[in-house]
Amino acid sequence: MSKKITIEPVTRVEGHGKVTIHLDDQNQVAQSRLHIVEFRGFERFVQGRPYWEAPVLVQRLCGICPVSHHLAAAKALDVIVGAGTGEGLTPTGEKMRRLMHYGQMFQSHALHFFHLVSPDLLFGYDADPAIRNVIGVAMKHKDLAVMGVMMRKYGQEVIRATAGKKIHGTGAIPGGINKHLTQEDKEFFQTGPDPMNIEKMIEWSQASVDFLKNYYKEHKAFIDEFAYFPSNHLSLVRKDGALDLYHGVLRAVDHEGNKILDDVDYQEYEKYIQEEVRSWSYMKFPYLKHLGKEKGWYRVGPLARLNTCDFIPSPMAQKEFEEFKSLTNGKPNNHCMHYHYARLIELLHSAEMMKDLLNDPDLMEGELTTKGAKIDRGVGVIEAPRGTLFHHYEINDKDQIVKANLIVSTTNNNEPMNKSVNFVANKMMNGQTEISEPMMNAVEVAIRAYDPCLSCATHALGKMPLDVSLYDAKDNLIDRKITQ
Amino acid sequence: MAEKIKFTIDGKECYAEQGQTILAAALDNGVYIPSLCYLKDLIPAGSCRICNVKVSGRFMTACTTPVNDGMEVENNTPELEELRKSIVEMLFVSGNHFCPACEKSGNCELQALAYKYQMMVPRFPYIFPEKEVDPSSPKLFIERNRCILCKRCIRSIKDESGKSLFAFKKRGNKLMINLDHELAATMTDEMAEEAMEICPVGSILRKEKGFDQPIGHRKFDKQAIGSDIKSVI
Repeated sequence: MSKKITIEPVTRVEGHGKVTIHLDDQNQVAQSRLHIVEFRGFERFVQGRPYWEAPVLVQRLCGICPVSHHLAAAKALDVIVGAGTGEGLTPTGEKMRRLMHYGQMFQSHALHFFHLVSPDLLFGYDADPAIRNVIGVAMKHKDLAVMGVMMRKYGQEVIRATAGKKIHGTGAIPGGINKHLTQEDKEFFQTGPDPMNIEKMIEWSQASVDFLKNYYKEHKAFIDEFAYFPSNHLSLVRKDGALDLYHGVLRAVDHEGNKILDDVDYQEYEKYIQEEVRSWSYMKFPYLKHLGKEKGWYRVGPLARLNTCDFIPSPMAQKEFEEFKSLTNGKPNNHCMHYHYARLIELLHSAEMMKDLLNDPDLMEGELTTKGAKIDRGVGVIEAPRGTLFHHYEINDKDQIVKANLIVSTTNNNEPMNKSVNFVANKMMNGQTEISEPMMNAVEVAIRAYDPCLSCATHALGKMPLDVSLYDAKDNLIDRKITQ
Repeated sequence: MAEKIKFTIDGKECYAEQGQTILAAALDNGVYIPSLCYLKDLIPAGSCRICNVKVSGRFMTACTTPVNDGMEVENNTPELEELRKSIVEMLFVSGNHFCPACEKSGNCELQALAYKYQMMVPRFPYIFPEKEVDPSSPKLFIERNRCILCKRCIRSIKDESGKSLFAFKKRGNKLMINLDHELAATMTDEMAEEAMEICPVGSILRKEKGFDQPIGHRKFDKQAIGSDIKSVI
């Protein structure tokens, strides 16, 4: 008798989703899916609004990385107001936005690793869920928990100083930024009392990378084999091939490192990327047009970025990058669990970039905005913590938005996440008649590696639990477990 | 110089010019009476009703009622504050006020009053009325979802010959402000700026200027509405 397993809601991810796994008569996995059950509709209700409202309105998609949406929208509007893309802004405009973005990247990566992932690593994915959570980490590994909280706080303070508020600020406006960094904030970030200063943040970021490397040594087989599968990888890279989280050109590589897209101006993303709608999910499935649906899907996010870029333009992160690349002999890394490793290298890079920027006098003075001849279409792309984020707006001659298209980071990772769920389901549930909690968490561990934001991905609201149900061939529910 | 009239607000001895309204006199005496439609030097409209005070047991709008000698005005009483709060809540439910994405947030007098009265959620059901925006002027974006029909724009934004650029259109629950597009075409940048400034909410928006004032520098970011009122007498 065939069965259907549902994991709902998926926990320790941002947003609300569920997993269903169908078992056939021999209890073999016949089909597995990650369903995103939220619906939001930002693309629709932004229509008719004045264009300059978009960066503030659309960032409400998310409370975790609103800065990414804020900046992607602002970048799209830079194009519309004639300020050009990326390098077209004034030095102050671009650098203040970059500082905001690195602060965002830093806090989001710290949140994900310390709050969401560390319980799996410290206690094991099959440990008692009563201790396998952030409170368990705080009780047993106080130093690590404090690091996580304080690093996040530092990043949030950087956002406050650049955007005006820690969550949902208004700093980035079409054509630039609306404020300078104050002397008081600059001194606080540079030389604040321990641990709230940039030197400590860099030290802790390095310690986080070292922690993961030690964990990797001890759990090499698990980290290397868990949900491993080859894929394409896509991200922005700087013109010279460097990792650049704020601006660049689109590049994609296949699982062996061959460039399948390179030096693409993202204003023309529609020529290269297509989104497929499947009836069972509110999240679309993007793919590279020239490779088609079957072969054109790709991964985005920290792992993809370290696979597409040639180097990292900050010394400590570059050193870690070289070691990371040596694991796969310079070829793309297709190990799902290495997302965590890549994420922490980016954490270190973000801290280094913040340090450089804080020494830059352009943050404190200079023109805030620039404008040119207005046009009616603009695309803004940014490397958000979870991956490449596309915002596309079109306006009419009355300054109203008439079209909006958002391809959110997690949406780009839709197919890989489904593949990962399928991998774990096949490995752990084939032949099983009952689902154990560790099996269910293993599915979540795979999803969690991508740090998905399901709320953003459906542009939805709600919490993020995982609900797993087991159905027989006639769709009768025979077992169900919900984790909160 | 004409002799001043003596009166009291909540027992405090105050003085007013002959013919001065309770609200104008209160401001001169350093007493804050909350209001939305009132604007100094404009003919009062008495439309928002926030400035309701009590005189001899009767509710009166302070912006339209002249001071009489010996008048005893009740202003800061629990009854009146509750009444004002309920009016603020009514204004919220009768429009579509979504502060999170509104560029007037932090400079909005309606929002500032909601904070003053610690409004968490309106006691009345939301109406979610259908309102149309008017984006067609080159300098202004008219956002009727947020309009509280205070008539400040109608009373103050005028061309050189004294014609109002704004007027009311339709009646009853369809009543809305309307911008005369012929006159609006002659509008200077300063007039457009002034129109946005005098609107107590986010209904008149200067095009392409949104959010250029950083958080922390907006009117009500650091001080509550009315806390700057000081006696000038």
